[in-house]
Amino acid sequence: MKEFKILAVIIALVGITYYGIEPYAHSVMHPAVAPADFTFQDVKNVDTSLVGNEANGKVLVEANCIACHAIEKAGHPAVMPNADSAASYGVVPPDLSHAGRIYDKNYLANFIFDPVTAMHLQSKYNPENGKAFPMPSYNWMSPQDIMDVVAYLQSIAPKVADDKAGHKITFEAACGRCHNMQYAGIEATTPVDNLKTYMGATPPDLSQYIKSRGEHYLHSFINDPQILLKGTSMPRVGLTEKAQEEVIAYMEEVGDSKKAERESLGIWVMLYSAVFALLAYLWKRKIWEEVH
Amino acid sequence: MAEFKKADSMLEWFDQRLGVINFAKVMMSEYWIPKNINFLWAMGVLLTVLFTFLVVSGIFLLMYYKPDANMAFDSVNYTIMQEVAYGWLFRHIHAVGASVVFLIIYIHMFTGIYYGSYKKGREMIWISGMLLFMLFSAEGFSGYMLPWGQMSYWAAYVITEIFGGIPFIGDELVVWIRGNFYVADATLTRFFMLHVLLIPLAIIGAIVFHFYALRFPHVNNEQGEFFDFDKESEKYLAGDKKHSKVIPFWPVFLSKDIFVLGVFLIFFFYLVFFHYGFAMDPINFDKANGLKTPAHIYPEWYFLWSYEVLRGWFFEIAGISGKDLGLMAFGFANIIFLVLPWLDRSPMVKPANQRPYFKYWFWLMIADLMVLTEFGKLPPTGPNAWVGFGASLVFLVLFIALPFITKAEAKKVKGK
Repeated sequence: MKEFKILAVIIALVGITYYGIEPYAHSVMHPAVAPADFTFQDVKNVDTSLVGNEANGKVLVEANCIACHAIEKAGHPAVMPNADSAASYGVVPPDLSHAGRIYDKNYLANFIFDPVTAMHLQSKYNPENGKAFPMPSYNWMSPQDIMDVVAYLQSIAPKVADDKAGHKITFEAACGRCHNMQYAGIEATTPVDNLKTYMGATPPDLSQYIKSRGEHYLHSFINDPQILLKGTSMPRVGLTEKAQEEVIAYMEEVGDSKKAERESLGIWVMLYSAVFALLAYLWKRKIWEEVH
Repeated sequence: MAEFKKADSMLEWFDQRLGVINFAKVMMSEYWIPKNINFLWAMGVLLTVLFTFLVVSGIFLLMYYKPDANMAFDSVNYTIMQEVAYGWLFRHIHAVGASVVFLIIYIHMFTGIYYGSYKKGREMIWISGMLLFMLFSAEGFSGYMLPWGQMSYWAAYVITEIFGGIPFIGDELVVWIRGNFYVADATLTRFFMLHVLLIPLAIIGAIVFHFYALRFPHVNNEQGEFFDFDKESEKYLAGDKKHSKVIPFWPVFLSKDIFVLGVFLIFFFYLVFFHYGFAMDPINFDKANGLKTPAHIYPEWYFLWSYEVLRGWFFEIAGISGKDLGLMAFGFANIIFLVLPWLDRSPMVKPANQRPYFKYWFWLMIADLMVLTEFGKLPPTGPNAWVGFGASLVFLVLFIALPFITKAEAKKVKGK
């Protein structure tokens, strides 16, 4: 009985200390932020309830987009090599093959209308500092036309499997123009010198971000970087919740590849220890019977 | 050479040559431990096992780790964690083991203080134990640098910087320790050497010394009772095991320890597999970058209390800068436990709760260390800074007052 009391005191003291230096201290250092908003309600320049016309969208895309953007899936290869397009635009413009799938509809429509506002990069691109985002605003386009473009992009975007290979496609489409992922052999499509000029600093390698930032942080951060890192030049990219989950899943598959092995082995080792403790207890009882 | 008769058994063969039967008696079956003990007496065996875990996992990590500022991070986080079969397991055992070893050291240490196991002949046990604490601290600190993450780098930067506060030679000393003007590759390689060779050798020596120091004064017991070990052991050997106050180390004492170890291992492996974040700080999964200071720099949890004693002094007093005051307090905190046997002036060897004054001192000290630990992690801003200062001051006052408190206690109990 007395031993249990001693144990209770130790558990209480260790527990209080643990609570203070781990969950509590971290909640002070990293205060909770607004929950991620995957509807992107703050941008409402385009009436997204309009039903898009894919055929008209195709015409509009071919007239307005493919001068700069590749759309491999629709038979429009890149206009020039990555190094040249990075030199021309500052960054390699994205291939739009997956845009209709990975970007939220509301976000995508509003991005076309006014990219800087949608990305929350007003502090980086504004009339005062004279910097302009490489893609012009299509605010002259009618909402119906914009929705036609969105509908077309959605119609051509290929589905991907819910496995590591599929997650990789989403990751590369969403992050791969700027970020390296060394542990997966992924190198940003934009050359590093261009990136440094374009972003102000070299974007980090994401190999270990699942560990250094954690899923919880990434969930908010990718959804809207400005909330957690005010003034960052990383844009809000407008991923749908599903696409973002695929990106984070890929980061975990690369950065914490032994997770499944760890968790299944852990149960067995703990069970082994429990059996060990039980046998040790029986042995101890037998031995101490003689001396008590 | 003595005449050898042909041995009848393998045991006899070895006994003739190495005296193994006598050796086993002295070390195990006739090494006497008091019977009146609780599970806190198992911490020594737990520590021995944990140290073995650390050595073994360390040997495996050593096969793949690369002590080079350009390669260290990836050799740990890619090669060991992802490429090598079960490399992650060895790293988790090593990292969690290093953290948990301090938890057990603290329990072991405060058990010693609570039961007064540092005085009346047991001074050398205490001193060798504190020496081990210091060596483990150095081992923990040097090891934390090796993954070469952001926290490795900046903790190394901040801690080596502390030596700069030593008068006259400070600046040169910092350069000498780092092997460069800033924390760099030379720092990493020398701390690697310390971590895998020099300090472990010293630790093994100190462990042997710690065990040896136990032999003459013997292990303390739950009531601090002094008795004749020879008489009690004779009683035991004569068969009166129930009335003897002692038990042999093997198998009686160890059978209890092994059970405690079993329970502990369930907890330990839970941490290793499912709850290791406290021992592997997320910030350390960012590669070291000398140009980018993390928003919050803090040491591992087991250094937080002494870090807060250092940090608590943030303003000038009587013309001495806060930094210098902090350094003095820090120096005080790091040696004061060593001289505890001489600060406690009361001859009583009893559990703290049976000592009229010491009990208040003991629990106040524990509470203060917990406050220091907590505020050592929190950002030192606003009221936090003042709580840290207060707790740091209380720490100093507690130890300065201890001789007076215990002297008064000795008077009250009339030297008993």
